[in-house]
Amino acid sequence: MTSVSTQQDGYRLGSVAPARESRLVLALNDVTAGIASWPIWMRLGWNDILQKYRRSVLGPFWLTASAAIMTIALGFLYAKLFQSPIDDFLPYLCVGLLFWNYISSYLLEASTMFVGSESYIKQIRLPYSVYAYRATWSKVIILAHNFVIYFGVIAYFRIWPGAVALLAIPAFIVVTFNCALASMLIGMLSARFRDIPQLMLSLVQLFFFATPIMWKASLLKEHAYIAIFNPFYSLIEIVRAPLLGELPSTGNYLVVVLVTILNVLIAGAFFVRFRSRISYWV
Amino acid sequence: MRQDDASSNRSRTSIVVDDVSVSFPIYHGGSRSLKKSLLHRGSRGHIANDANDRVVVEALRNISLEFQVGDRVAIIGANGAGKTTLLRVLAGIYEPVAGRVLTSGRISPMFDIGLGIDLELSGRENVYLRALLLGLSSRDIDAKIDDIVAFTQLDDYLELPVRTYSSGMITRLTFAVATCFAPEILLMDEWILAGDQQFMARAEQRIASFISNASILVLASHSQDIVKRWCNKAVWLDGGAVKSVGPVEETLAAYQAEYGGGTTAAPAATDALTA
Repeated sequence: MTSVSTQQDGYRLGSVAPARESRLVLALNDVTAGIASWPIWMRLGWNDILQKYRRSVLGPFWLTASAAIMTIALGFLYAKLFQSPIDDFLPYLCVGLLFWNYISSYLLEASTMFVGSESYIKQIRLPYSVYAYRATWSKVIILAHNFVIYFGVIAYFRIWPGAVALLAIPAFIVVTFNCALASMLIGMLSARFRDIPQLMLSLVQLFFFATPIMWKASLLKEHAYIAIFNPFYSLIEIVRAPLLGELPSTGNYLVVVLVTILNVLIAGAFFVRFRSRISYWV
Repeated sequence: MRQDDASSNRSRTSIVVDDVSVSFPIYHGGSRSLKKSLLHRGSRGHIANDANDRVVVEALRNISLEFQVGDRVAIIGANGAGKTTLLRVLAGIYEPVAGRVLTSGRISPMFDIGLGIDLELSGRENVYLRALLLGLSSRDIDAKIDDIVAFTQLDDYLELPVRTYSSGMITRLTFAVATCFAPEILLMDEWILAGDQQFMARAEQRIASFISNASILVLASHSQDIVKRWCNKAVWLDGGAVKSVGPVEETLAAYQAEYGGGTTAAPAATDALTA
């Protein structure tokens, strides 16, 4: 018994941090080595999609079909409810839903990013960022499928957004970057704390209704702060507005810059500090 | 994945494990009674408390080892002695809590032969995916694919989804991929050979050719026959610590002397070690 307690006293988890290379260098190496492993995550990401739709006739276009049905049905319903003209409301809803589904899929699936890859993590050493790239890649592919609906809608309603639409491209990259970072953070948190997935589920549902997607921010009138303090509104708006031929407000851009900085700091710090613990957690 | 200086520096292939400790925090089993009941379980990893008073299992304690080219190392020890954890540390999967592991040479872990096998993909697609996971580039794979196809002898089955395969066929497939390039460091958790007699003979040939290619083999196994046959060195792990390292016969003999007689010897040995 005495021998065992000596062992306990001598053991301190925090005091023996490996000193060989700083954690920051290891984390940066992880991120760059992950990019270099693009053949792995592109293939895994594509397999993730194939797995869902294997042997179905439409394949990944089921995503497009279900998103289209949702857009049209909700578009007509809510245009009536809010008594706004359908040719204005439906394109708005369409783009909003496209990008909300894109963003929320990161939040919902992030919890399984590492836990779901346990068999890989425990059997073979890959950069951890590979799992984030894999998740990002498959979501970009899904968005690309769904994006067909946008072209259908602007063709039907004869909307021509003009050159402003090009602003959506950098905005999309910024949104994707934020989503990838956030999902890596959520993935790590959920590997450690298994309550996070449940929390995300209810948060995503809450924000779906609290974010101007099925309703317009202008309806808030003097309560506009509700939208401004909601980062999802600005993230969606910077892609949605250009695609509909409008300019996002300076406020939207400011919020996005702020969110991005916070995201880099928090997710980055967490990844640097706890990257090596992921394999212990899953 | 360590791919740097892959084939050029074969002679420098080595593994150095320097005072490595690994412990697993137990997040959902904080019960003290559970802890007490596990404390004296002979050669298992030790249960301790860390600075935050969490219960941790000390899976490896102060391990120092060094392997050079040509070493064929068996890791022996009772269940829970830390064999698999040590292999995973060597593979870079667990970064140790203390100490460091330096490896030079491409590591080829073969812990789970089913890794990355997607039952819905065809055999050929699986070969491709698994080879990517093992760190081969597309060009390497294209160069090796014929060799893999020939070795598996699966012929037309290779175009069918893997779910139509028998387990023996899957073994052949994964074995062929895992061994399609000469690994510098091959880590195996239990001997994976299964399948028909004829395949086993060929698989052994293939393994033998790897080892003669001056690579390092680290094999955790319970089977004395396999250990004696393939290894020249043995590391005896007990309670997460190295009990002895040496030529395979001597270490095995000592191990058998301890465990062959009965179970009473085990707790005494653990106490002596920690004192």
